[in-house]
Amino acid sequence: MSFESTASLEATRRTALRLLAGLGLYGISMPAFADNVAGWPADAFKAKSTDDAMAALYGKKFEMSDKVSVEGPDIAENGGVVPISVDAKLPNVTSISILVAENPSALAASYKLSDTANPTVACRLKMAKTTKVIAVVESNGKLYAASRDVKVTLGGCGG
Amino acid sequence: MPSIRMKAAASGDTTEVQALVQHPMDSGFVKDAGGNLIPPHHIETLVFQYNGKTVFEALWGPAVSKDPYLKFSFKGAAKGDALTATWVDNLGKTDTATAKIA
Repeated sequence: MSFESTASLEATRRTALRLLAGLGLYGISMPAFADNVAGWPADAFKAKSTDDAMAALYGKKFEMSDKVSVEGPDIAENGGVVPISVDAKLPNVTSISILVAENPSALAASYKLSDTANPTVACRLKMAKTTKVIAVVESNGKLYAASRDVKVTLGGCGG
Repeated sequence: MPSIRMKAAASGDTTEVQALVQHPMDSGFVKDAGGNLIPPHHIETLVFQYNGKTVFEALWGPAVSKDPYLKFSFKGAAKGDALTATWVDNLGKTDTATAKIA
């Protein structure tokens, strides 16, 4: 899955939408696109592995950095609610993404930061099993990451 | 009942925001009592706007916990100003709420 093909697919979709809008069918056709909110990176969220999700989201690889910290419990008794927070000591942070390596789809959440936002975020995630939680921070256009092992005693993805 | 509970507190130049959204965040992997898969139903975007400008945007997949919680902070806002949060889910449902920065 390359970044370029994603971009051209998106362009095709937009062209199709524009054509439909021209025909006055835009409103009618909306439900077909309801699971694709504008700007929501569907390909990245559907990717299984960390690498594929990163390729779809950023089109580049990350390097590990001690400027990024990811905090969370060592042991999560309930994988359905695992509190995770990320902090970065990096300038010009434009996005922070959190991945759970062995979830059915690795990418859990991605945050876009404006120039006034501080490079920190906290949220709660579901974890299917014991695995690594990886935080990826985009700073000055480069990707820096940190990871943390979280042991899950009861998985949070059901089934 | 609004689905978004939000607190925003300014301290010096930094405003800390905490939001709690009521939403099932169904992953699509869980079965109901009858053994049928519950289809995915989750928030995709949660956008925070201050003075008409987006300060922080969450893009969420089905691995974000039910009734999601989010904490972040940003600079440049003042006490008494308004902060707006809006979510849209994969079924096209949406809700919005405004909090006064304390």
